[in-house]
Amino acid sequence: MSVGVRRASALAAIAVALIVFALFPVVFTDPQTTSIAVFTLIFMVSTCAWNIFSGYSGYLALGHAVFFGCGGYAVALAARDWHVPGGWAVFALLPFGGLVAALIAIPVGVIALRVRRHTFVVVTIAIFFIFQLAAFNFAFTGGTSGILLPLAPFSAANYNQPFYYVALVILVLTVALSWAVRRSRFGLQLLAIRDDEDRARGLGVKTWWVKLAAFVISAFPVGMVGGLYFYFLGQIFPQFAFDPLFDISLALMAFLGGIGTLLGPLLGALVLEALQQWLTQHFSGTGTYLIAYGVLFLAVILLLPRGVVPTITELLAKRRARTAGAPEAAAEAPAHSGVAGVAP
Amino acid sequence: MSGTELLQAIVDGVLTGGVYALMAAGLTLIFGVMDIINIAQGVMVVLGAYLSYELSVHLGIGLLPGLLITVPAMFLLGVALEFCFMRRLREQDRTGMSILVTFAVAILIEGILSAIYGVDYVQLHASYVDQSVYVLGFYLPYIYLIGFGLAVLLMAGLYWMLYRTKFGRGVRASLQNRTAADLIGVNVSRTRTISVGIGVAVTAVGGMVFGATNAFNPNSGYDLISRLLAIVILGGMGSIAGAMAAAILLLVINDVVAVWWSPTWAPLVYFVALVIVLSIRPQGLFGSSAIRAQ
Repeated sequence: MSVGVRRASALAAIAVALIVFALFPVVFTDPQTTSIAVFTLIFMVSTCAWNIFSGYSGYLALGHAVFFGCGGYAVALAARDWHVPGGWAVFALLPFGGLVAALIAIPVGVIALRVRRHTFVVVTIAIFFIFQLAAFNFAFTGGTSGILLPLAPFSAANYNQPFYYVALVILVLTVALSWAVRRSRFGLQLLAIRDDEDRARGLGVKTWWVKLAAFVISAFPVGMVGGLYFYFLGQIFPQFAFDPLFDISLALMAFLGGIGTLLGPLLGALVLEALQQWLTQHFSGTGTYLIAYGVLFLAVILLLPRGVVPTITELLAKRRARTAGAPEAAAEAPAHSGVAGVAP
Repeated sequence: MSGTELLQAIVDGVLTGGVYALMAAGLTLIFGVMDIINIAQGVMVVLGAYLSYELSVHLGIGLLPGLLITVPAMFLLGVALEFCFMRRLREQDRTGMSILVTFAVAILIEGILSAIYGVDYVQLHASYVDQSVYVLGFYLPYIYLIGFGLAVLLMAGLYWMLYRTKFGRGVRASLQNRTAADLIGVNVSRTRTISVGIGVAVTAVGGMVFGATNAFNPNSGYDLISRLLAIVILGGMGSIAGAMAAAILLLVINDVVAVWWSPTWAPLVYFVALVIVLSIRPQGLFGSSAIRAQ
């Protein structure tokens, strides 16, 4: 396949995907289905954004719920204190939520990035718990009773649609951002850090700044959809805003799809969040849902440790190599473990 | 705040710190030997508490005799986890993957516990749980003394095992260099399995004391694991002595702040202490080598 053909087919696939996503709420109008779709898009954005830092740099961050919650609180407080009426005006506050999340990511990143690899993971978890505790105890967050967001004046039948399309716009922008980072010099520096941080530093990559920049960039979209999520729910509580399951869900979704790839995290979030919402709608009681989630998680990590997208890419590359028999096609088959470098 | 209150807070901090030290020693032992961070340690403490609860409420077995059942049960759970999941992780990204795997195990255990017990809080009771003894001007609840005594006893046992037995030499050898340990005839794989078993078994004791001093429900594990992680990072990951010192230090800070300022903010100070220490000394208070600081 020539480069031109491949590019054309990629563009066609993107166009088809966009049309499918844009038409989804027109075809499936049932509010239960569209609300699942809104949650799914929100998680696709979050996982994609998480992947910009954790997937590309190899640093596993398990504290992105901090940015989700802070974005949510920023939007809720701004809407309350600036007397923003319910409706489209609240959507205009979402970039503010993203900005607050990104600003908070700076000191968090400065502290957490002092340590490497697994201590980093643990530090992000510890910082997450500091924020959760603060949200429960500060007066301005409303404590456990939370804050009400303005009531969205959309008609009951089409209540979910505005949220869906706003989430879709954010998703498209986030994917474009992830793609742009991936193709840039900055993205290559991140991948170099993932492969061998000391060598990358030796070769002149300003590793600390690159990691911090990626951390802050990845916080922004998460803060935006945090605001959107709690506007959709109508209320924000500390236990939802700073939920440890959110942290781990992003990692699970990215791992299922293929961490460090562009499409993998999107695919993982699409499958898992839709499944999870369906499970919660059909099984009452948190026990069953947690058990299902835990088992699925274990199965993914143990059976598909590299995710769906890298596995499929590798299979396709192998088959192409076998049918063509050409040496350059064989060279395409990823031999090393960091498959992310060759996946779409 | 009067001097007596402060002293009482310090004494309480030391006594509860002993129990946290025991739980954290298990966590840091597993990390030291296997490079695995057991996120499920917190929920395992809760599971240990529920086992004690089940034995005392339904079978009428007291909390202390019940340990003879719960400790081996938790040991077997640890062995099973190591056998089923931990040893299957690839060496090069083991730590990162282990966090995910043990987090999944934590979610699974939490799910099973909530399916059985729901979200209501329970607490363990026994005659010696609710009584106090008056010593040198302090009221000390018996259960704090029992917990501290058990923790000291078990940690002394752990130390004896690590430094005075052949098995302990094997553990320390695999901790330092697993290839070399393998070469000189240490059965590294068996050593690891047993170490994880021991690291998990201590949660049975921790769970009994935790459940007797706190009301708990299946979600309580998150609060615990965050504290335990703070302790092992502060102590230097893989250092058992560090975990003990850090546990007592953090719990004393926690209790003093609770008396002096407010109980709701006490854990915050403790995390802030963690962040400050890490900013100055990323390898933790007792972390020695550069490898462990990674």
